[in-house]
Amino acid sequence: MSENEHHIVPVKLYMLIGGTLLFFTWVTYAVSKIDLGPLNTVVALCIATFKATLVVLIFMHVKYTSEKLTKAVIISAIFFLGLLLTLSLADFGTRNWL
Amino acid sequence: MATAVMPEQRTNYLNAEHGVKSWLLTTDHKRIALLYMVSVTFFFFIGGVYALLIRLELLTPAGDLVQADTYNRLFSGHGIVMVFFFLIPVVPAILGNFLVPIMIGAKDLAFPRINLLSWYLYIIAGMMVIHVLLTGGVDTGWTFYTPYSTAFASPKVVETGLAVFINGFSSIFTGLNFIVTIHRMRAPGMTWSRLPLFIWANYATSLIMVLGTPVIAITLVLLVLERVFHLGIFDPKLGGDPLLFQHLFWFYSHPAVYIMILPSMGIMSELIACFSRKRIFGFQFVALSSVAIAVLGFLVWAHHMFVAGMSVYAALIFSFLTFFIGVPSAIKVFNWTATMYKGSVTYETPMLYAFGFIGLFTIGGLTGLFLATLGIDIHVTDTYFVVAHFHYVMVGGVVMGYLGGLHFWWPKITGRMYPEGLGKLAALIGFIGFNLTFFPQFILGYVGMPRRYYQYPPEFQMLNVLSTAGATILGVGYLFPLVYLIWSLKYGEVASDNPWNAAGLEWKTTSPPPTFNFHEDPVVDFEAYNYDELKEIPRER
Amino acid sequence: MSASHATTAGSAGAHAGTQDAAQRELRHHFVDMQQQSNTASLGMWLFLVTEVMFFGGMFCAYLIYRLMYFKDFAAASQSINVSWGAANTAILLISSFTMAMAVRCAQLGKQKLLVVFLLFTMLFGAAFLGVKAKEYYDKYEEKHVPGVNFEFKGGLLGHPEYVVNQQHAQMFFSIYFAMTGMHALHMIIGLGLMAYLIIASMRGKFDTSYYTPVENIGLYWHFVDVVWIYLFPLLYLISRTKG
Repeated sequence: MSENEHHIVPVKLYMLIGGTLLFFTWVTYAVSKIDLGPLNTVVALCIATFKATLVVLIFMHVKYTSEKLTKAVIISAIFFLGLLLTLSLADFGTRNWL
Repeated sequence: MATAVMPEQRTNYLNAEHGVKSWLLTTDHKRIALLYMVSVTFFFFIGGVYALLIRLELLTPAGDLVQADTYNRLFSGHGIVMVFFFLIPVVPAILGNFLVPIMIGAKDLAFPRINLLSWYLYIIAGMMVIHVLLTGGVDTGWTFYTPYSTAFASPKVVETGLAVFINGFSSIFTGLNFIVTIHRMRAPGMTWSRLPLFIWANYATSLIMVLGTPVIAITLVLLVLERVFHLGIFDPKLGGDPLLFQHLFWFYSHPAVYIMILPSMGIMSELIACFSRKRIFGFQFVALSSVAIAVLGFLVWAHHMFVAGMSVYAALIFSFLTFFIGVPSAIKVFNWTATMYKGSVTYETPMLYAFGFIGLFTIGGLTGLFLATLGIDIHVTDTYFVVAHFHYVMVGGVVMGYLGGLHFWWPKITGRMYPEGLGKLAALIGFIGFNLTFFPQFILGYVGMPRRYYQYPPEFQMLNVLSTAGATILGVGYLFPLVYLIWSLKYGEVASDNPWNAAGLEWKTTSPPPTFNFHEDPVVDFEAYNYDELKEIPRER
Repeated sequence: MSASHATTAGSAGAHAGTQDAAQRELRHHFVDMQQQSNTASLGMWLFLVTEVMFFGGMFCAYLIYRLMYFKDFAAASQSINVSWGAANTAILLISSFTMAMAVRCAQLGKQKLLVVFLLFTMLFGAAFLGVKAKEYYDKYEEKHVPGVNFEFKGGLLGHPEYVVNQQHAQMFFSIYFAMTGMHALHMIIGLGLMAYLIIASMRGKFDTSYYTPVENIGLYWHFVDVVWIYLFPLLYLISRTKG
């Protein structure tokens, strides 16, 4: 946040990232046509996370900020969302156990 | 030094501008705090009227004052108003808004216009709720459990849900404002370890506001969509799971109770340090325990659902996690007590409220541990034991803390002192009234009286009568400050800049402060609670 | 370099000096523009945190019901058009690219190009919404809108014997409309913000010393993109094979 005012990302990098994002969208689509069983979901989500990471790091300049607070904020969001999903699963996922 | 200039003669934030527009369009955090003070107090008394009606009905075992349906609307109205329109905003939006910038040495909050927006969102939401209450109210309880709220209860659920949704954004924006302000606008030399504990408390509270409130926001959106479009997300008849609603609801509503208590705990640190003339014992522990409570508070929500039909393994996990919350809370209580040990303790009104808080919050907190214990909870859940528990922490904790803080900072906010004799009397009346109201409820719950019932077996009457009597006394305890604080605005003794000789940047500026808080930009080169450098509380204030 | 230099209206480049915008836009409670800009950024990031939790509630509902009703969810998912979904994903990613370019132009003081990239971002954003409208209309025609005319006649790929549970299929669509609808609402708001930026840029509000709104609205737009990056596989690609 304090640094990315000064750091100008080269156009070529933006284009490279943009191209990568489009490519992996196609990959997601193509892989979904192959039967990998439960791995389909894992692969799809991994690719999505990879794409999201590129957007956050490059397009949103997080890679270029020296501000640790930005990263702490992002990680907190992911952590607390994770809490919501995981602890809810502690109930729904174990209902059949008894 | 005792002859302070009449506050009206100096330019301060109160007399800098005149006229309704200068108040309704203000971006001055101090004026916004006062706007909140008036509106929050208004809602408190509305919630109080509902409480009075509830207690009146419960004077007799039979349901003879109101019908069952009406009674449902009474406790729902009481809960909705008190939780969302009083307890959540009372300390952050009033004392927090006023003090956070001053305590850190800033001229205003980071986003003053968003601060004003927060108040307007609160008012819009409040007017919607008033409209609902006047046109019949809802009978779902403040918890809106599905499928009753989505498939059966009155259509007012939609308007109420939307009102709480809008109010949620008031809260979110306040929290966002505080976090950014505390990170970005501290005066030179104001390091994190020099921040007053009230700031640490509001910071932790704001974390919860920002992380938790959006979840209840989306839950209410889904509730309204379900109600209007008959979707079935929470309706078992359509394949939905009512427990999903409860999980999403409590994911916010449990941390919400820490939104309520943390700022009051922050007030406690300020009061106890000042009236013991001593630095808070274990400053870092108290500071970090606030953050710990904020984080741990997100791990325990399903302890509200032990008997709802959840998996028993989930119940075990949540019970286990709930016990941990007691630790940082206890750390605070021990540290406050240790602060008083070998301090020079005096018993001004704020300190009386502080003593009340420590005792009552401890009882409330300990009974929380009882409820965390699965075996006990099965017996006392949905009984008056729970009602007593949360009123001990909410009223005995939050409200006492707020009143203590209100009295402590009243001279700073208004330039006037409250009448000390009446202050002490009101605190005492409130304390007695409170215990008489709520202690019998622990017993009632234990012997089996369910909550949200308007009639009960005759053998419970004596305890109910005691409780209602207590409620009346408690009401008097609240009316006193309402009257004498307003009285003091015109007739109260004029206050000096630092009537308590207290530590903290807010006492280094005038009472009341100028619009931009300080006459000179503050630079901080002292630790918090430097009471060893300050004199005693003067007789003349 | 005083603020009284009138900026020649809307022209590219700040002829009046690069400090003008910062001086003009500095608010009284900040020490300098650096503090103000850092504050605004942190404010936007925190707002995005609230958005993560806001959408998160719906992701939670999705997760639970997908686990409970997997086959019905798969069948329902197969009935939405994956080509449109993929196309929309591409459109939104391109709009993220143009938005990043817009911010870059703001950083370099390239006023005209800034407006061009903002316009392209709006264009792609509007295209996304257009496709979404088409998809919603298709769902309406197929009677897949819960609470309106719901009747799911589709089957599960590779499992001709499986009878899809109507309620569970409806559950998928409730969540589908809630999530994509909320996302679309955020995009509409984004378009509004974009329009504001275009007008403000054309009025010469931004220069190399001050372009905070461009940066922060950019963050918002990228966030909306990230939400869709997850929505696409979760809603469209639950199962696209006969397995």
